[in-house]
Amino acid sequence: MDEKFDAIVIGAGPSGNAAAYTLAKSGLKVLQIERGEYPGSKNVQGAILYSKALEEIIPDFREDAPLERHLIEQQMWVLDDESYIGTTYRSAEFNQEPYNRYTIIRAQFDKWFSKRVQEAGALLVCETTVTNLLMDGNRVIGVQTDRENGAIYADVVVLADGVNSLLAKKAGFHAELEPKDVALAVKEIHFLPEETIQSRFNIGEGEGVVIEMAGKITQGMMGTGFLYTNKDSLTIGVGCMLSDFKQQKITPYELLEKMKAHPAIKPLLAGGEMKEYTAHLIPEGGYKAMPKLYGEGWMIVGDAGMFVNAVHREGSNLAMTTGRYAAEAVIDLKEKKLPMTAANLARYQGRLEDSFVMKDMKKYKNMPEIFHKNNHFFTTYPELLNRAAHTMLTVDGVDKKSKEREIRKSFKQRRSLFGLMGDAFKMWRAFE
Amino acid sequence: MIPVKIEEKLFQNRYRVDAGRPHINIINQETCRVECKTQECTVCCPAGCYTAEGNGQVVLITDGCLECGTCRIICSTYRNVDWEYPRGGYGILFKFG
Repeated sequence: MDEKFDAIVIGAGPSGNAAAYTLAKSGLKVLQIERGEYPGSKNVQGAILYSKALEEIIPDFREDAPLERHLIEQQMWVLDDESYIGTTYRSAEFNQEPYNRYTIIRAQFDKWFSKRVQEAGALLVCETTVTNLLMDGNRVIGVQTDRENGAIYADVVVLADGVNSLLAKKAGFHAELEPKDVALAVKEIHFLPEETIQSRFNIGEGEGVVIEMAGKITQGMMGTGFLYTNKDSLTIGVGCMLSDFKQQKITPYELLEKMKAHPAIKPLLAGGEMKEYTAHLIPEGGYKAMPKLYGEGWMIVGDAGMFVNAVHREGSNLAMTTGRYAAEAVIDLKEKKLPMTAANLARYQGRLEDSFVMKDMKKYKNMPEIFHKNNHFFTTYPELLNRAAHTMLTVDGVDKKSKEREIRKSFKQRRSLFGLMGDAFKMWRAFE
Repeated sequence: MIPVKIEEKLFQNRYRVDAGRPHINIINQETCRVECKTQECTVCCPAGCYTAEGNGQVVLITDGCLECGTCRIICSTYRNVDWEYPRGGYGILFKFG
């Protein structure tokens, strides 16, 4: 390929597709390169789709996007070994169109998104791995692929190559990721008849439930578990910080297997047929771990840029939004006939700073560190809460005042009064 | 701990293995054998690609690799993992993701 493109987008996940779609729609000459057999074949997510970010790009996406179920109920469980205590929020408002959140299956969703990208005019090449960025001094001028005569040139390269961000690392744009900056998640998909899922989760056709879980299931590691209802399947998984896996030497699939055997989880999966097991890293290092996001002829979007809000379980929406902003920066420069220099591409950063993306990243900048240093949020408290519920709910002739005293004593014994006050302060700091 | 056969999980997955061209390599076998006492790769790889042999050696077979990146990042002391993506079209092919 000797021809030159206005832009090359590396990767066909949510960020790459958003970037390529926006660029192509504006009439620019766009090449998108995907290493998988088809878009989605290398991608892994829970997965929940937040409508808003996609609506901004493809307003009519509901017409033909492969959506599993719209969510009408959110549960949060805090688990001990034998029990859980939890909250449920369910609302008929979530049953009114346009729906706010859906479960999706990424291999299908990414394929659909990619079809829209190609219809918008971008050229997609699959089964092609980009091995290096082509540089002229410190300026990115194109990409080297593993195809014969695999050098391709463009005015700007958008790096949407996912959490491992190998290309930017090889080019020296950022250092290698540290175990504390990523979570490792493993999950399985279990198929069940649609009607079984609906009766088991007390939902109607097209309606879905999310269960987020914390506590003993992560065996003292900082992390969470999840269970999502798809149309005729359930997704169950668990993710914890890689630094904790490393330190505690826990095997991820054993962790998942133990979680699946929890007495509150096992009946929900009963009778299902497991059809795929996946693993993926999630960039959860937060604001302080973010790399430089642009330079001479390049920008980083999505997971590669550490765009994940771990607290709110947001990632693919940030991916789509960052992809769109990067594309808009390029479109703006092209219209003004300005070169793709770092100084000019700084407007990508400007867009990020003005939006919820960077505002949210900054809001939770202290969160990773505080939780890293305070694993008892994931161990001691779930146990105490469950024991407290058990004490209060067991009718055994002990008066309620004595029960309350017993619960207070258990909290003080395990964490001390100063410990409890300190923890409250840390929680406030993490979320302020 | 519940005994889990990782092979049974991976059996559900779809792969196109690039025979004879592993995309991940251990840079220096001696570093694993002599220097690394913890060998987290042999415990934490979600596809069980790394095996600890009795003589301290670490054996890597990438056929079941899920391309997550865990082994490369977890080897943060020695940086002894040469990690690339497979050639285009090869490796794990998620049906659902």
